[in-house]
Parts: sequence; structure tokens; C-alpha cells
Amino acid sequence: MNSKVTGGIKPKHQRLVLLLIALVALIGAGLLAAYALSNQASYFYVPADLAKAPPEQGRAIRLGGMVEKGSLKTRADGVTIDFIVGDGKARIPVRYTGITPDLFVEGSGVVAEGRMEGNTFVADNLLAKHDENYVPRQMGEMTAEQAKQVVAETQ
Amino acid sequence: MIAEIGLAVLWMAAALAVLQLFAGFSALRPGGKALAGMVRPLAVMQGLLVALSFLALIDLFLETDLSVKLVAENSHSMKPFIFKLAGTWGNHEGSMLLWVTIMAVSGGVVALVEKRLREDTLLATLAGQAFVSLGFYAFLLLSSNPFERLPEPAPEGAGLNPLLQDIGLAFHPPTLYVGYVGLSVAFSFAIGALITRDVGPAFARAMRPWVLGAWIFLTVGITAGSYWAYYTLGWGGWWFWDPVENASLMPWLAATALLHSASVLASRNALRAWTVMLGVIAFSMSMVGTFLVRSGILTSVHAFAVDPERGSFILALLAIYIGGALALFGIRASTVTEGERFSLFSREASLVFNNVMLCGILGIVLLGTLYPLMTEAFGAKVSVGPPYFNPVSAIFAIPMMLMMGVGPLLRWRKDKPARITATVAIPALITALALLAVVVFAPGIRILPMLGIAVGAGLAIASWLPLNGRNLRRTPLSVWGMVVGHFGLGVALLGAASESAFSTERLAAMNVGDTQSVGPISLKLLSIEPVAGPNWTALEATVSASYKGGPAVTLHPQARTFSSPPGERTESALHTRWNGQLYAVLGNEGDDGRWQMRFWWKPFVPLLWLGGLLVAFGGLLALIGRVAQDVKRLRVNDKIAFRKARQDMLK
Repeated sequence: MNSKVTGGIKPKHQRLVLLLIALVALIGAGLLAAYALSNQASYFYVPADLAKAPPEQGRAIRLGGMVEKGSLKTRADGVTIDFIVGDGKARIPVRYTGITPDLFVEGSGVVAEGRMEGNTFVADNLLAKHDENYVPRQMGEMTAEQAKQVVAETQ
Repeated sequence: MIAEIGLAVLWMAAALAVLQLFAGFSALRPGGKALAGMVRPLAVMQGLLVALSFLALIDLFLETDLSVKLVAENSHSMKPFIFKLAGTWGNHEGSMLLWVTIMAVSGGVVALVEKRLREDTLLATLAGQAFVSLGFYAFLLLSSNPFERLPEPAPEGAGLNPLLQDIGLAFHPPTLYVGYVGLSVAFSFAIGALITRDVGPAFARAMRPWVLGAWIFLTVGITAGSYWAYYTLGWGGWWFWDPVENASLMPWLAATALLHSASVLASRNALRAWTVMLGVIAFSMSMVGTFLVRSGILTSVHAFAVDPERGSFILALLAIYIGGALALFGIRASTVTEGERFSLFSREASLVFNNVMLCGILGIVLLGTLYPLMTEAFGAKVSVGPPYFNPVSAIFAIPMMLMMGVGPLLRWRKDKPARITATVAIPALITALALLAVVVFAPGIRILPMLGIAVGAGLAIASWLPLNGRNLRRTPLSVWGMVVGHFGLGVALLGAASESAFSTERLAAMNVGDTQSVGPISLKLLSIEPVAGPNWTALEATVSASYKGGPAVTLHPQARTFSSPPGERTESALHTRWNGQLYAVLGNEGDDGRWQMRFWWKPFVPLLWLGGLLVAFGGLLALIGRVAQDVKRLRVNDKIAFRKARQDMLK
């Protein structure tokens, strides 16, 4: 066959080379993804887990539990709040700067996205139960046992 | 009565799909020619019937017929007209009917107008389309009947999720669905071509406009969805890597790759098996997305009802169609003959490179989306967000965008680097200068936005270079389409990078009369007053904003409370300037009577959606160019055939 234009590669080989390149790239993507996922996925914690085995500082995690009654305080700037999230076993102080969701009140469940800084959980985002029909998925992520504890605590 | 007609017509359409499948397949067998003439009319009829059924559902929603279960559960008599209309697809059953409608109608349109494809391949394609549709008819009729009646009419409807009561609902889902489901045509084309072993340039030329069409709608749908999320969620973000967003991004990535590999196949008769494979993958990604969203395993505002039965049904469909298509591909791939060869330095090679990069991004998004499901099987609850998706996809996206500056300048088959070095030097220089400027003038911004600005600027310039040396009046529309599309991506990247690098935020508790500033804008809270709409009440803030002491404009962010169903939603207010956007949100009232207000100044963020629309516009130009070319070619062929026939007669 005419091999002038293709630099002497046989057609079979060309297909093989292309296939090889594509495979290498895709496997590379897979490995990269696996590596990054194990480092970057954000885990869900309840206060007890967080107290028992704290994650490294600054790592993105989510914290779910109940907002302790009487713990909610607004700072002088009017937009930063401090409160305590508990699950009956441990209590974690949380700081959040921003507009709170509508149904965020003391004694209700909350999921906070953020990270540990010192002994305080600094939240970037709060997810509260929106209404009876539209519950954030994360609220449903507590295991049955955790949920039971949380409910028992509030009653 | 309307509901019964709608349901009956839907069953009839499903029956026609069975016939279409049967007729298509027997027409391909030796001696089955008698049925060949039936296939096209069947496909057209099927499309018409389903469209009728969808109109019936729309009518039920507009009339708010509360004896129909779906209407009672999702609509309300007091809802504004536009949401009654859009509410038709703002729920699970209605949106699945929309899905089937688009699938059947696009099959009908293919049957009506497609003349470039070999007749047997077209029959196989239509049979394939009927086969795929059948699964979704079964899903709709057996587990998601939209026309189900209630034993007794409800006194009043339950209403629509407040988050969905937005003008976006009227446009975003239908556009996205046309794109999403339009890819089923590419899927059927791929199946048809595999069955008749007709994978070649003619097949690619016939498939390309259909893919382009779906891709344009997908692009517009994603862009619109991103803008909707941006202004309605009140978080100031435009992409959250939510599973549902990923579900729309994955088919887009696959369709983009398909579009480009189909180009190679059409012009150069190479990448045969690869193109067919992408045709299968693109629609498979649409189906995977639907499964993720509709099965209830991922809950979001897009997941209407959590119903494990539906999940298993879609999973079964997924297994049948994707598994079946891949099996067919496995059997037939070896019979797809070798395509033309090309050198490692050629237009083809650059397109292969970008195809691989697109597939890499696709794989990364897919893995990231499925990872929480996989870990859940082992009891660990995780979520995957921007810290994973942004950097990991950038590893593939950045080389791809650099290659986009070079590839279109290369010649087909084989080229010399020396020929284009001088041309490529311009965007390379601009990229370097932009990088330098960002490093010097805006130190401290993160690496990704920094690279984004540099690469975006380079790409925005480089995209115009293929026009260099061409006579602009005689440049084909499809080349203009490519130029505008690539330019659009550069513009979108600039907008995204600028938003991420330079946004400034101000969060404050304000009394009426207080002033604040965000970036170059000074703000004053003038008043907070209650207002009311048709089915909501709200607190509305009046804020005056002035850019660098210039004339003031007023913004009216609201906090809305909906009555049916009860719910709350912040209604952000936007002020757009040529160089950025001011975003204002009204929060809660504090114990001391001050109001929480949140403002963002986002320089050049509108470029993001403008870029997205430009990409779609580029696609539209290419589509018009291709179709015009094909129509011309068909006319010429007709003329030749006519003359030939006349000559034969004269003989």
C-alpha cells in the first residue's frame, strides 16, 4: 500500500496506535479520578464521629445533627452566627457567616458544609429542611440509628 | 374525555412503534421488501399521535382538570397561565411524556426528510428508533401513566414546587429535552449503520445535521439552566456539579466529540468505528442521566418522586439498550472496514486528540457522579464537589483548548509544523501576555482562574485565525460556525475565570438608610416593603446602586413566600453592566431589626452565558451551512438522474 503520506505506518498499526493512545488517556483519567476522589470527596460526619476521629484540619466535610437549644448567638456584625450542633453524644461549635435558610431554627436538624478550624466547625453553607415535601438529600443521609438518636434528643 | 383520548392515542402510538420495528426488520430480510414502504409512514404517524397525546396533557393542565391525578398533585387553579402550561412537564410523568414525544416526533421528522442515507440503513435506523421508543412507551404506560384519573376529583390541586415557579421552567426543560432525546436519533443511526454495515462518509454526512441539531438545543438548555440556577438559588454560583447538572453535561461532552469525529468521517473517511461508538455513548449518557435523576437514588429539585419501581425499570431499560448496542458494536466493529490513514501531525490527529480529551472529561465527570453511589454500597456517605471536578477536569480541558487553537489551522491528512508556526505564534503570545498580566496585576488569584483567563484569551483570538487568507464572502457557513463556536467557548471560559478570580462579596446587616459597598459599587438600602403576587407574598427591598459614583439604579430583591404549596424562595435582583453584574439578595431580619443583605460584584460574568449562546449560534451556522449544502447536492443529483432518464428514454 501507499505509505508515503503516512510516514510508513501500516493501516493496522495506525488503528492500534490510536487505540493505544485512547486507552492510555482513558486509563490515566480513571486513575487520576480515583486518586482525586479518595482525597477530595467530602465525608459526612455526625458530632460523635467528629469528636472520636477528627478529620485533618481544613478538609472539606459535612456535619449533620441538631442545633442545640439556646446555643444560637448572632455576632455584632449581624451576619455571623455561632451555634452548637449535637447528637446527644458530642457537641461541636459551629460558626457560619451568611444568610441562614428559612427553616433554620434552634432545635431543628441541620447539615453544614465546611471544615474544621481548631475545635470549631466553620460552615460555608447550611442546609435545613425546606418544607415537608422537599428535604435536602443530606438530611436523609444519617443512618437510621443516628436519626433515631437525633429525634430522641429533640423530644 | 380528554384524558382518555390522550391515553388511547398513546397506546396506539406504542402499537405503531411495534409495527414499525417489525416492518423495519422484516424489510431488511430477503424477500421482505413488501413492508419497506410502510416504515416511513408509520414513523410519521407515530410522531403525530404522540404529539396529540402531549397536547391532550397540556390541555388538562391548562384547564386544571382536577379529576386527573397528575394535575391534582402538581397544579393549582390559582397558578399563573405560564406555569400551568410549563407545569405540564414540571413533574415526573409529564416530563417522561415530553421525552417520548420528542423521541417519536424526531423519528417522524427523520422519516419525513432524510434522503441522503441509503434506504436499507434508514429502515434499520427507524426500526432502531422504534425499538428504543418502545422501552420508554412501556415505562410511561406501565409505571408512569400521566392520564390516570382519581376516583373522585380533588377539591384543589397541590400546586407546583415554588423553586420551579419561574419563567425558566417554560424554556429550560423543553430545550434540554430536545437535545437530550434528539441524541436518540444519533443512537439509532449508529445502530442502523452497524446492522447494514454502512459506516462511511455518506452515513456521517447524513447523521451530522441531526447530531448538530440536538447538540445546539443541549448547549442552549445547559446555558439557560446554568443562568436559571444562578439567579434563582441566590448563592451566586452558576455551576454546582450537582448530579443533575452532570447528567446534562455528559451527553453534551459525548455529543461534542461525536460532532467532531463525524466531521472526520464525512470529510476523510477515517475514525469509522470510533464515530459509531460515540453515537452509542452520547444517547447512553442521556439515559444514564435520566436514570440518575428519575430513579430517586439522587434527590434534588429535579427528582420529582422517589419510587424504587421506576428506578429498576429505567435500570432495566438502560441495561437492554446500552448493553445491546455495545454488544452489537462488539460483534460488528471488526467488520467496519479500515478507514483512511493520517499522519500524527494533521487535522485528523488534532481532532482525535480532542476527542480523547473530551472522553477523558466525560469519564471524570461520570466517575465523580457515580462515586457517592459506589461508596454508599460500602456504607460511607460522601459527596463529591468542585474540589474534585474543577482541577481534575481542567487537566484534560486545558490541553484540549490549547489544541483548539492549533487544530483548525492544520491540513487534512498531513501537514508541516513550519507552515503554521507564524500563525500560531499570535495566540500563543496573547496567552503568555495574559498570563503575565494576571500574575503581575492580580497576584494571589488561584491557579485555575489564572490559567482560565490566559487560555480563554488565547482561544478567543486563535478561533478567528482559520479565516486568515480566506475570501470571507466565499467562506462556507460551516467554517464560520466553527469559528464562532470556538470563539464562544473562549468567551465563556473568560467569563467563568473572571467570575471565579475577581468576584467580590459583601454580606451585611443593614438598617433602612444604611450604605454599603461591594467592589466599585456603592449601595444604599432605601426601603423594605411587603408586596404580593398571584400566589405569593413577599418582602421587597429597594436598593439603590451606583457604579463609581455614577447615576444610581434601583434593584428590588425579594424574599417570597408561596401559599400553594407552602414554600419560600429568595428572588435575587440583578443589574447588568457591560463589565459585570451586580447581584443582590435579601435575607432575614435579625433580632435587632437589621436586615441581612448579600451583594456580589461579578466582573464580566455575563460573558459566560453569552459565550454559551455563541457556541450554540456557531452550531446553528454550521447546521444551516451543512443542510444548504446537502439540499444543493440532492438537487444536482436529481437533475443528473432526470437528464439520464430522459436520455435513456430517447435511446
